[in-house]
Amino acid sequence: MTIDTRAIERRALLRAAALGGAGLGLLPLFPAWAQSGTPGTVRQNETLTGEDIRLTVNHGPFSTGGRSGHSVTVNGTIPGPLIRLREGQNVRLHVDNRLDEDTSIHWHGLIVPFQMDGVPGVSFPGIKPRSTFTYEFPIRQSGTYWYHSHSGHQEQSGLYGPLVIDPAGADPVAYDREHVIVLSDWTFMHPHQLMQRLKQEAGFFNRQRTTLLRRLQGKDRMSAADRAMFAKMRMDPTDILDVTGAAYTYLINGHGPDENWTGLFKPGERVRLRIVNAAAMTIFNVRIPGLPMEVVASDGQHVRPVTVDEIQIGNAETYDVIVTPGEGAYSFVAEAMDRSGMGVATLAPRQGMRAAVPPLRERPILTMKDMGMGDMAGMDHGTQDGGTAMAMDHGKMDMRDESKVPFEVGVGVDMIAPMPMDRSGDPGLGLENAGHRVLTYRDLVSAVPNPDTRAPTRTVEVHLTGNMERFMWSIDGKKLSEAPEPIRFERNERVRVTMINHTMMTHPMHLHGHFFEVVNGHSGNHPVKHTVRVLPGATQSFDLTADAPGDWAFHCHLMLHMHAGMMRVVTVRPMYGDAA
Amino acid sequence: MKRLILLLALGVSAPALAQHQGHGAHQSAPPAEAPDPHAGHVMPKAAPAPAPPADPHAGHHMPEAAPADPHAGHHMPEAPSADPHAGHHMPEAAPADPHAGHDMAKSAPPVAPPPAAALSGPAHAADAVYGAEAMAPARAVLREEHGRIRTGKVLIDRLEYRSRKGRDGFAWDAEGWYGGDIDKLKLKSEGEGAFGERLEHGEAQALWSHAIDPWFDLQLGLRQDFGQGPDRTHLALGVQGLAPYWFELDAAAFVSTKGDVTARVEAEYDLRLTGKLILQPEAELQFSLQDVPELRIGSGLSTAEAGLRLRYQVKPEFSPYLGVEYQRGFGDTARLRRTAGDDAGGWSLLLGVRAWF
Repeated sequence: MTIDTRAIERRALLRAAALGGAGLGLLPLFPAWAQSGTPGTVRQNETLTGEDIRLTVNHGPFSTGGRSGHSVTVNGTIPGPLIRLREGQNVRLHVDNRLDEDTSIHWHGLIVPFQMDGVPGVSFPGIKPRSTFTYEFPIRQSGTYWYHSHSGHQEQSGLYGPLVIDPAGADPVAYDREHVIVLSDWTFMHPHQLMQRLKQEAGFFNRQRTTLLRRLQGKDRMSAADRAMFAKMRMDPTDILDVTGAAYTYLINGHGPDENWTGLFKPGERVRLRIVNAAAMTIFNVRIPGLPMEVVASDGQHVRPVTVDEIQIGNAETYDVIVTPGEGAYSFVAEAMDRSGMGVATLAPRQGMRAAVPPLRERPILTMKDMGMGDMAGMDHGTQDGGTAMAMDHGKMDMRDESKVPFEVGVGVDMIAPMPMDRSGDPGLGLENAGHRVLTYRDLVSAVPNPDTRAPTRTVEVHLTGNMERFMWSIDGKKLSEAPEPIRFERNERVRVTMINHTMMTHPMHLHGHFFEVVNGHSGNHPVKHTVRVLPGATQSFDLTADAPGDWAFHCHLMLHMHAGMMRVVTVRPMYGDAA
Repeated sequence: MKRLILLLALGVSAPALAQHQGHGAHQSAPPAEAPDPHAGHVMPKAAPAPAPPADPHAGHHMPEAAPADPHAGHHMPEAPSADPHAGHHMPEAAPADPHAGHDMAKSAPPVAPPPAAALSGPAHAADAVYGAEAMAPARAVLREEHGRIRTGKVLIDRLEYRSRKGRDGFAWDAEGWYGGDIDKLKLKSEGEGAFGERLEHGEAQALWSHAIDPWFDLQLGLRQDFGQGPDRTHLALGVQGLAPYWFELDAAAFVSTKGDVTARVEAEYDLRLTGKLILQPEAELQFSLQDVPELRIGSGLSTAEAGLRLRYQVKPEFSPYLGVEYQRGFGDTARLRRTAGDDAGGWSLLLGVRAWF
């Protein structure tokens, strides 16, 4: 084990500066559970609990890596306070907006009446400047959730925090200690400028493109057929995430990698980590070298425990894992999916320890499978006789066959996946050959049988569409700004929603107000989630009981995709009475 | 109840395991845990790819059962043309069905429109709670902020010093735009000259740029020339965009107020040598339908140029470069140049910057 003495010295300096009072105003403030060294959340009461919870939204400075920038926060911290509730209670959340613009807070994953869901223009008008709005609803569930603004770019600016609900009875997961771990992406650029840059030059933040030098060095191993196909399609095989480490500092509980957030434990304890991906534009690969993770819940819902070494976590997904650390320190690594940077924290028996931090791994490169050309893309072209013939077939394949889809294929749709496939058994981009166990959706099995045993009566197809070059994102070829027809469900209707990803990006799709069952082959015990990653060139289905009357948002949780138009309103009717 | 028993069982077995690991080789691969019935699923490679069934199209025929117009008979009050299911003809997608052979596909229900009851009730649920007056502006903002993004860019593609036979010169090529995804106002300007002489040629264009496919824009507008010879005004019509294999193309035809018809095609390509070093070959051809002696333009292919610029990307928005360019006149253009005592063409060494914001 090597210890990064440089970082420790740096931290010591920071601490000395804080003690001396110098620069105190620039240092980030954290809620107790997220402070630089914390014994965890169990038996702490600095979190917000009870029936009346007061939250203040305001501007403020945020510092990381020695720089300070403008942020929008809840109660002055990034992340915001941990809201800790109990199943069965009622809660009133009073949100005081001190900004000069509208705000809102969406309770991500909570089953609430539609008018309390917090999406301006869908569920309510929003919270006007210098006014207070009170959300009130009963708590009908337990698990790990979070909250964030649904207004403008406030989430990117820091308006998010964790929300944990303890079960009414005994917790079915046994653990000695817990830590809440909020992953996020911080930028000193103005969020509007992120969008502007992407519209000006879609690959602006990608500093890991293929180059002639890398090719000569034998890196970026692509078959000639793949290389030609991507160039012909005007698609960049290294376009993995739109905003990258070139703009982001990846935070763990508000701490940059050098600030080393440390979660304490006693060796041998069962430690529950409640991991929330609160990032605006980053899908993370999470691992703790040397420490297997036993996944016990996803999106707040229990799953049959499954032990893995790495988990890809899409924006807005949450995972509860149990780890049992021994002596010594461990690095908790949240590597951005495109490997352009990482968030690093430490789990240790004592404050001030640091384990080896693994270097960034080689960034992944997209394949024809990600282009929706099916599984044959996984074969090795060129080495076998069949390779050439297959490459020719690929070359002839129509990558924008309008007859394959039931919507108008316009400027905003640069590709129609010719052979999209079920990828629920895939670990996520770049993790196919990680060399250890990586969680896939097929590994998730609900711990309790799915409550609604009815077979879905119809399928609703949702086509995820985009234009990478113009940074346009849409559903069924239409942006929300084009006032598309909502997706309509009858109340209590049992329906299968099949999302088809015609783009080469992973989209974490989130449906408000409902849990759905991810169709992964474990019929009857499908994992229950509120957000599901749809891999490039993939189809992903979920079964839904549309039991929450009202209007709801359905969108990609890559926030700039949502703002570019990848969003729909979902209606559930009738409002009263029992249909179906 | 079943849930409780299962989880209690886990609760008992797991800490024992944990204790064991806590004192020993916790870094070795953990044993397959008895309570985990999915041990076989942990390895991604183990995900079973089911053998295709005898009939790979099993289950694919159901969309055909849907009526040609699934919305026939439904009252669709709002923009029925926006309905994604209008004119649905999914059977074509059959080979793309990812569920072929998967057990869950066997029960995949048909694609169908929503039941009638789903269309009942208020158009906007929140209006009943917060009032339509409060919700209508919020809905307008929602739409505005989810897809209607307007932005702009100024690109100075070339601003260069040209070292050549005779007097050294300079050249620029810049454009700017503002607008949304489909429609933009586009301004372009280019020109060249020699130091200490009157500007050889300069022009500015103001264009309406309209996206016609994912990569190309149609452009229509006016071009004003200035520099040596008479200053002409042209109507400009062109296409600009990204061609397959990453070629940037800009092609336009011009009709001057004197009735002269000319055309121009430019192509360039960025070859990334390293993350910061980019080699850009570029070519431009100009054509004319007629001789325009006062501008020293001959009919047919009038001029051609080919350039090679090597730029160093200090940051994506700023790159100084070095380059060479060869330019010459053809046919009558060459003759007109020689008559004036100039060479038909020649080489230039270039030193310049590319910048955008």
